[in-house]
Amino acid sequence: MSETILVADFELFETLKNLKEREGFTLLLDITCVDNLHKSHPLSSRFELVYIVRHKSFQSTKILKVEVKYPEAGVETVSTLYASADWAEREVYDQYGIVFKGHAMLKRLLNHNEFEGHPLRKDYEITQGQYCTTSQDLMDEMHPLLKEKNLDMNRDNLMVVNLGPSHPASHGTIRTLAALDGEKIVAAACEIGYLHRGFEKSCENHNYNQIIPYTDRLNYCSAIMNNIAFAKTVEEMLDVTLPDRGMFIRVIVGELSRIIDHLVCLSAGLLDMGAQTNYWYLFNPRNDAYDFLSKLTGARLTNSYMRVGGMTHDLYDGWESDLEDVLKKVDSGVTESLKMIVGNRIYNDRLTDISPVSADDALNFGFTGPNLRASGVAYDMRFSNPYYFYDSFDFNMVVGSVGDTYDRMMVRFDEINESMKILRQAMAKIPSGDFNINDKRIIMPSKESVYGGIEGMMNQFKLVIDGVKVPKGEHYGSYEAANGELGFYIVSEGEGTPYKVKVRPPSFYHMSAYAKIIENYQVADAILTLGSLNIIAGEMDR
Amino acid sequence: MDVSNTHLLDEAVVTTKLDAVIDWGREASLWPFVFGTACCAIEFMATAASRYDISRFGAEVLRFSPRHADLLIVAGTVSYKQAPILKQIWDQMPEPKWAIAVGACASTGGFYDNYTTLQGIDEIIPVDIYVAGCPPRPEAILDAVMEIQKQLKREEKFAVRNTEFKGKLDDV
Repeated sequence: MSETILVADFELFETLKNLKEREGFTLLLDITCVDNLHKSHPLSSRFELVYIVRHKSFQSTKILKVEVKYPEAGVETVSTLYASADWAEREVYDQYGIVFKGHAMLKRLLNHNEFEGHPLRKDYEITQGQYCTTSQDLMDEMHPLLKEKNLDMNRDNLMVVNLGPSHPASHGTIRTLAALDGEKIVAAACEIGYLHRGFEKSCENHNYNQIIPYTDRLNYCSAIMNNIAFAKTVEEMLDVTLPDRGMFIRVIVGELSRIIDHLVCLSAGLLDMGAQTNYWYLFNPRNDAYDFLSKLTGARLTNSYMRVGGMTHDLYDGWESDLEDVLKKVDSGVTESLKMIVGNRIYNDRLTDISPVSADDALNFGFTGPNLRASGVAYDMRFSNPYYFYDSFDFNMVVGSVGDTYDRMMVRFDEINESMKILRQAMAKIPSGDFNINDKRIIMPSKESVYGGIEGMMNQFKLVIDGVKVPKGEHYGSYEAANGELGFYIVSEGEGTPYKVKVRPPSFYHMSAYAKIIENYQVADAILTLGSLNIIAGEMDR
Repeated sequence: MDVSNTHLLDEAVVTTKLDAVIDWGREASLWPFVFGTACCAIEFMATAASRYDISRFGAEVLRFSPRHADLLIVAGTVSYKQAPILKQIWDQMPEPKWAIAVGACASTGGFYDNYTTLQGIDEIIPVDIYVAGCPPRPEAILDAVMEIQKQLKREEKFAVRNTEFKGKLDDV
């Protein structure tokens, strides 16, 4: 589905401009870099930049690769073409030390501003942590913003307010610096990276199945969806297809996770605006869903249920009635909550026409998932590139109109109902039979054969010690997770451990737009906007 | 009141030790500051919600100003970038104060043994209770709160706690 093109560094800007303006590749999904230092056959240049762009029909994807001989000299920035490149380039600069010429604010993004070195370079020791103490004041970002708007701190009597990172409405890890005129935000700058946990570096030091627990903790509100996205990408590289029952199980637990994710987003968002009763109504069915998941997987939040080539075990006897019970409770929680907010004057006045994002802007910022659909763009990977029998289910894509905070929240309410439709159909249609692929190189042998014979024991030993060997190559695989397109770009050298893994996190791109879309609204509105974007720090900062 | 009437005095006065009164007040009104950063914070939300209901233990007054709080609950991974902020919040809390490290990351760094993650918050602040789990179930978080309630009864009432502790950010 995706096509890889090699581009010379001096042609990069023109090529991307051409792709965007003439050929309609309007969505820049991700930018990353590969350090070839430890490759078995090193290339002429140590660093390779990777740009992933998608066509506006959402059908075709192009991967551009650029060899970078001199990281300090770097390549030209594309942040003037795509707004989403702004933070993506800063991240590459931070992690790999590649300079982007002409970038307006090229500085560290995930690591501390006093951090020394570039941690994703292969010669940076993984355990080399650094204590840094001095916080940056962010005024270096604020001053240009004010200048652009012809404002002056003293002359215009502005006040600077710092929100977070330790603030209940900033999810504990997001920092926003806002310049206020009265209660109105005139300019804002964000700082992220407070929950940067080195996911990508850890992946380079673990085998494929050991990475599954790390993926749980990306978007911890819907851990199983991250499991599925990762396992699906690796399976695509292995060129294997799950048995039908395996796919159905993934649909079932995936859609249940989507419901849980939306419930957390909506209950926390409504709590932020003082609607505490909704928090109880929406959070309790989530606990019932977790009862089901802990019965199935042994854990409430971080399930690690998937494996490359399938999952740990089948559904248990009697799961249908338990799940049906959960769905009834979710349904009643959502119904009760909607009764209180639909047509409610306070709810409408506080959310309508707050921080709208137009369809073009949303694509430019790299929005995907419910936030993009709220802006009126009918893009959902379950429709545009159906996988796991999604084309055989009868459900609707939920699309908003103006992309304001109201739309972003109501799209999620409706998606809960659509997911329940899918779940009920999948429960009725799920076939019996195998749920894992039948391949000894990928799936663990049964315990009887491990303890009962040398062949099974060696099979288990090799899979545990070496891991699943993935053919040499590079692949970008993506999945419609609760927050949008969750992608993994994996580089394999044919080993059991990936050479490089890059996550394409939806929240990262939603957050990069935040500082711009809260301008001209009040601080209280900005809190709700953050809630409605559903920024999950684990996924954003990785 | 007529103090010559000893019968009345019996009903109006309870004799006890001052320490016991202070303990009774403290244990029934712990005010937590939730330093929630990651997955564990989501489980803390469940602990505060109606099914697990932390208010049964008198600790539902969640304060987001360290000046109001006497129990720090660190729920989630603390990175090196976040560490100075955690330290500052701990320093801003008035004595007496207690700290709970919720989950593997806050206790030891968990499986994030890499360049980003503080290998346990006890490198920078003193911790009273560690809660195992990744993330711990809400019951385990409640159990930690109850342990703090038991512990504070054994301690000296007016002493400044943890004067011996020296964290890695204390000198800078």
